[in-house]
Amino acid sequence: MKKKGFLALMVVAMVVFLAGCGGSSKEEGGESSVLNAGAGESATELSYWTFVELHGQHFEKMLEKWNAANPDRQIKLNVTVMPYDDMHNKLSIAVQTGVGAPDIADIELGKFPDFLAGTPQLEPLNDVAEPFKGTVVQSQLDLYSKEGNIYGLSTHVGATVAFYNTEILEQAGVDYKTIVTWDDFKKAGMQVYEKTGKYMGTADTSAIWQESLLLAQQGADLTDEAGNPKVNSPELVKALTMLKDLQDNNVISTIAGGQPDTEEAYGEYNSGNYAAAFMPLWQMSRYTNYMADLQGKIAIAPLPVFEKGMPRSYGGGGTGTVVTKTAKDVQLAKDFIAYAKLSLDANIEIWNTLGFDPINMSVWDMKDVTHNPENQFVKYFVNNPFDVLNEIKDEIQLIKSTSASPTINNVLCTVTLNEIFEDGKDVQKALDDAQAQIEQELK
Amino acid sequence: MFKNFLYSQKVAPYVFVLPFVLVFLIFWVYPLLSSFGMSFQKVTLGQEAQWVGIDNYTKLMSDTIFFKAVRNSGVYMILTLLILIPFPMLFAVLINNKFMWGREFFKSSFFFPALTSVVVAGTIFRLMFGEMEGSLINSLLGVFGVEPVKFLKGQVTGFIALVALASWRWMGVNMLYFLSGLKNIPDDYYEAASIDGASAFQKFTRITMPLLKPTTIYVLTISIYAGLAMFIESMMLWNGNNSPKNIGLTIVGYLYRQGIEKNNLGYAAAVGIVLLLITMVINLTQLAFSGMFKKED
Repeated sequence: MKKKGFLALMVVAMVVFLAGCGGSSKEEGGESSVLNAGAGESATELSYWTFVELHGQHFEKMLEKWNAANPDRQIKLNVTVMPYDDMHNKLSIAVQTGVGAPDIADIELGKFPDFLAGTPQLEPLNDVAEPFKGTVVQSQLDLYSKEGNIYGLSTHVGATVAFYNTEILEQAGVDYKTIVTWDDFKKAGMQVYEKTGKYMGTADTSAIWQESLLLAQQGADLTDEAGNPKVNSPELVKALTMLKDLQDNNVISTIAGGQPDTEEAYGEYNSGNYAAAFMPLWQMSRYTNYMADLQGKIAIAPLPVFEKGMPRSYGGGGTGTVVTKTAKDVQLAKDFIAYAKLSLDANIEIWNTLGFDPINMSVWDMKDVTHNPENQFVKYFVNNPFDVLNEIKDEIQLIKSTSASPTINNVLCTVTLNEIFEDGKDVQKALDDAQAQIEQELK
Repeated sequence: MFKNFLYSQKVAPYVFVLPFVLVFLIFWVYPLLSSFGMSFQKVTLGQEAQWVGIDNYTKLMSDTIFFKAVRNSGVYMILTLLILIPFPMLFAVLINNKFMWGREFFKSSFFFPALTSVVVAGTIFRLMFGEMEGSLINSLLGVFGVEPVKFLKGQVTGFIALVALASWRWMGVNMLYFLSGLKNIPDDYYEAASIDGASAFQKFTRITMPLLKPTTIYVLTISIYAGLAMFIESMMLWNGNNSPKNIGLTIVGYLYRQGIEKNNLGYAAAVGIVLLLITMVINLTQLAFSGMFKKED
């Protein structure tokens, strides 16, 4: 009898041990929370994955409004926030295998082409986006489209602007309003370095915001008409040669973290080691959240250009909200995200909560919304961002996102920019090598 | 009937090893065969896989980044072998010495890093080796008048950080293996050697080292495998799988980049098969040289 008991115990122990192994792999699932937002018993529960915690807060606000307005189609939203890479990797596997994908998800622009490869496993959103055509910027709808089908709903325009630390500039006797061209910027930067020993800006090694904006100014792109990579174009050589010259003159310098939108760089900026950043408008929320010491010191201005008259901005970055093919209630999910991202209310909330430049441009003219003195972004910055946005409104260019984009981005950000700014490799040579590498990888 | 079956002397051993065999078949043999098949396919998101013959392998042979990853993994493996075998052995002998002061304290403090999560350790090492003046290592160097170093942006300095992390983490574990090996050496041998007038160094080279051989072979085998399969340390140290100029990219990191980040699972499977071949060749050669396959006397 004793022996039998022992045997049973062993079997149980093994089962428990094995079950234990199976369970532990789930622990890194990110943070989940269910938003009820006034939903009743009969509400449908939808799951939503994002990599930006703030996006969840925006959805919570919109969900309350939705549930109040649609008592018969109420929703409970199960929000899971995961780190950027983690979320995209998990989503790609889930979509690929058809198991475990959420109903709704955020996909970042840089990763979007991967999800559009072949036959997209996402629901086309044309029918729900149709009513909002004309009120929102068309190019933002096109950005997440393939062959006429819209698969993702954009969050913001991401107009790239210059952020200047006025305190440092005043010490150096520079007025940022007089900076129009890159030559002006160089002169100002040399003055800043001479007077304060601080760098005017960054030479980014882990992001291509600067390359993109310099290409956009020249009407060029990282890919040709057919979407094939062309990173050794004369325009990009000109752009990087200019940046390299700025670096050689101590106007810009590489930064810890490799670009302004990293934890290390927030610290560098917050301690006042760099005076300027050229970033899409959403960088504002990084200032308010991570660089509290700079409150009241940061001014927003249009970007410098090569020659006066060139377009002074481009739409950088972005997030497309998608509905997966495996969603529980596809129509409900589609209707909800259209409401939460494209409606006028949604666009106003996107500015209020997230500090993004909404894709419904009529919001840009609503003085009571954009100049609300209670708004945290209005309070933080020296001037009102919408004054700048409205000035450059018609100059916002776009860099195409194609199936080659993730590879281009990866090669430039891991290898090429480091070679140029850290090792001093010749620009033309570095870009030729990059072109060859990208072509090899895309083969 | 069932009772007879359960009490059967012949069946019982199989019942006991069954869980292992099942786990081995389901989680090892099946994925291995399946990825071997996949390495001859082009697999894209949400679509039927296509057979492409040896295309993945021919592409791999002209892929400079893959060779960079192989070189990184190889160098990392060799460096960890050079550090993580002699030093733990030395520390184990010291700690095993009866005259050593604070033995339990050293034993536990050496082992402690193995208990921390790689994620936490990697993050802390990333901050320690940060390029700012205020990071720990740079402020220490500053005391000696050395300019701040961009550790994680250079090949050599990046590897210093990586190997420092590995040494810190695994020193204690390897030391414990050697300690348990030392416990199995009877004191009589040392006493006899003392009577014959052997010095401490002679005792170490003539008694300790030969008798530790089985332990050393075991540690060597798992270290080779662990070195070649390293991934998380690099990922955490560089806060992602894309280190500048791929200085921290390992073979598994490249597999992850191709398979998970770029959805190119067929190509990633080919990378995995090549990694398996490399590991098998090195491990089997090493085991053959150390006499593992000789018949027991």
